[in-house]
Amino acid sequence: MADAAILRTQGLTRRFGGLVAVRDVSLECRMSEVHAVIGPNGAGKTTLINLLSGDLEPTAGTVVLGDADITGLASYRISKLGVGRSYQKTNVFLPFTAFENCRLAAQSRLASSMRFFRPALTDREVNAAAERALAAVGLEGRGSTPVAELSHGEQRQVEIAMALATRPRLLLLDEPLAGMGAEESARIVALLKGLAAEHAILLVEHDMDAVFAVADVLTVMVSGMVLESGTPGQIRSSGAVQEAYLGSDDAE
Amino acid sequence: MNANRIATGALLAGVLALALFPLFAEKFYVQLLAKIMIMAIFAMSLNLLLGYTGLVSFGHAAFFGASGYALALLTPQYHAANFWTSLPLAVAASALLALVIGFFVVRTRGIYFIMVTLAFAQMLFFLFFDTKIAGGSDGIYIDMRPVAKIGDWQVFRLDDFVHVYYLVLVFLGLTYVLLRMILRSLFGRVLAGIRVNEHRMRSLGYPSFRYKLACFVIAGAIAGVAGYLSAVQFGVVNPEMLGWHLSAAVMMMVILGGMGTLLGPAIGAAIWMLLELGFQSLPQALGVDFGKHWQLFMGGFIVLATLLLPNGLISVADLLRGRGKATRG
Repeated sequence: MADAAILRTQGLTRRFGGLVAVRDVSLECRMSEVHAVIGPNGAGKTTLINLLSGDLEPTAGTVVLGDADITGLASYRISKLGVGRSYQKTNVFLPFTAFENCRLAAQSRLASSMRFFRPALTDREVNAAAERALAAVGLEGRGSTPVAELSHGEQRQVEIAMALATRPRLLLLDEPLAGMGAEESARIVALLKGLAAEHAILLVEHDMDAVFAVADVLTVMVSGMVLESGTPGQIRSSGAVQEAYLGSDDAE
Repeated sequence: MNANRIATGALLAGVLALALFPLFAEKFYVQLLAKIMIMAIFAMSLNLLLGYTGLVSFGHAAFFGASGYALALLTPQYHAANFWTSLPLAVAASALLALVIGFFVVRTRGIYFIMVTLAFAQMLFFLFFDTKIAGGSDGIYIDMRPVAKIGDWQVFRLDDFVHVYYLVLVFLGLTYVLLRMILRSLFGRVLAGIRVNEHRMRSLGYPSFRYKLACFVIAGAIAGVAGYLSAVQFGVVNPEMLGWHLSAAVMMMVILGGMGTLLGPAIGAAIWMLLELGFQSLPQALGVDFGKHWQLFMGGFIVLATLLLPNGLISVADLLRGRGKATRG
C-alpha cells in the first residue's frame, strides 16, 4: 500500500446537458489495492469508469495513469497502456465461443494485428493467455461453447476473463458480480483477492458483503460526488455514509 | 467431418467443371461464364466489407470502374498496354481511390456510411459522365487488348475469349484463396470482432478505424481486379461501370448468395446474371413485352429469395445437410 498511485484523477467532471453525472471526483488507485466505489443507483459510478476507460470524455478534470496524462484518450489507447475493464451490461461477442472472446482479447496485446496471412489460431502465446483467463474465472471446459449459449452468470465470467486476457495493470470492474449465483460470486471474490496482489483494481459493486470482503479502500459516491473515502472501517462508522447510503438503500 | 469432405469434393468438382467448360461450350456461353466469374470476384470483394466486417458499402462500383478506366487511360492510342504493368497499376489506382474515400467514409456508421459511399461513387460517376475525360458519357474503347509477353513469348492473348476465360478463372481462384487466408488471419479475426461488436474491440485495444480502412482498401483492390478483367473482356469502359446501378446489383448478388460466406457471393453473381439474361429474353405475349419488364420479375425473385432463404442461396446446402443455419466466420 506504500506504492505510488498508478491512477490518479483530479477534479474529474462529466456533464450530460444539464445533468452533472460526475462532479469533481479525485481519487487514486494503487498497485496491490482494491479500491471499491459504492453508492446508490445513479451516483455516477459507471460514468466514472467510462471516463477512466476512455469510453467517455471528461468535461473537466484530469486522469493520470502512471506518469502519463490519459485524459480524453481513445479507449483503445488507454487499453494498450494497461487498463482493462469489464462492463456492467455484458459486452461480449455473443456468436463467438468463450475461448474466441478471450483469444481476441489476448490478441490485442500483439504489437499489431495487421497480419493478413498469419493464421490467428496458431499463436501459442495468445492461445495460452486466453486459456489462462478462462481458467481464472472458472470456465475451463466451456471454451468451445458460443457465448450466446452460456448462462447469464457464465457470460458475466467471460466478461471478466476478457478483461484479464488483455493482461492489464489496472482493472476497472463495473459490477462484476451482478447476475451471478452465490457459488460463482464466491469464486470471483476469491479471484479478486488473488488478482489484487499484482494489479490495481477499481471495483464498482452493489454486493456489500463482497465489497467489504475485498476492498482496501472505499469511496462512496452520491449524486456524482464523492461523499466519503477511506478504509472499510472508516466508511462503516461514518455517519454521513450511514445516512446517505448504507442505512437507506436496500435496492439490489 | 463428413460434411466438410462433401463440401471440398463439391468445390473440386466445380473447379474441374469450370476448367473444362470452354472445351465443350460455344463462344457465347464461355464469354457469359467469364462475365459471371468477373462479377463473382467483384461480389466476393464487396462481401469482405458487407458480410465479414459489417460495412454496408453502396459505392463499390467506384473501385470496379476506376481500374477499368485506369486501363483505358494507360492504353496508348493505336497500341496495346503491357499486361504485367497495367494490371498492377490499375489495381493500385483502385486501392488508392479506396484509401482516399475510405479515409473519409470509414469514420461514419450505419446509414451514414451507406450514404457517403454512395455519394463518393456518384461523384466519380459524374466526373466521367459530365466531362470529356475518357470519352465522357459514351465511354472509351480499348481497341488493343493488353499484351502479356515475356521476352518475345506471348504467354496468353487477351483478344482470345478462351484465354480471357482462363485468366478470369485463375483470378477467381486467387481471390478465393486470398480471402480464405485473410479471414483466418489475425487481421481477419479483428474484422469479425468489429462486425459483431466494434465498441468492445476498441475497448480491448484495437484501433478499429485502421482495420476498417485496411479492409476497405483490400476490398477496393480486389474490385479493381474484377474491373480490369471486365475492361479487358469487353474492350470498353463507360461511366456505368462506376454507377450506383452496378453498386446495387453487386450488393444484391452478395445478399442473394449469402453474406459472410466465401462462396455465397459467387453463387449470387451466377444466379443474378443468369436470371437477368433469362428474364430479358422472355417473349412477348398477350400484347405485353415481358422481356422489357424483366426487372419486375427480378424484383419478385429477390423478394421471394430473401423471404425464404434469409441467409442466402448458399444456405440451401446447409438445409440439405440438416443444419438450418448458414455458418458464419
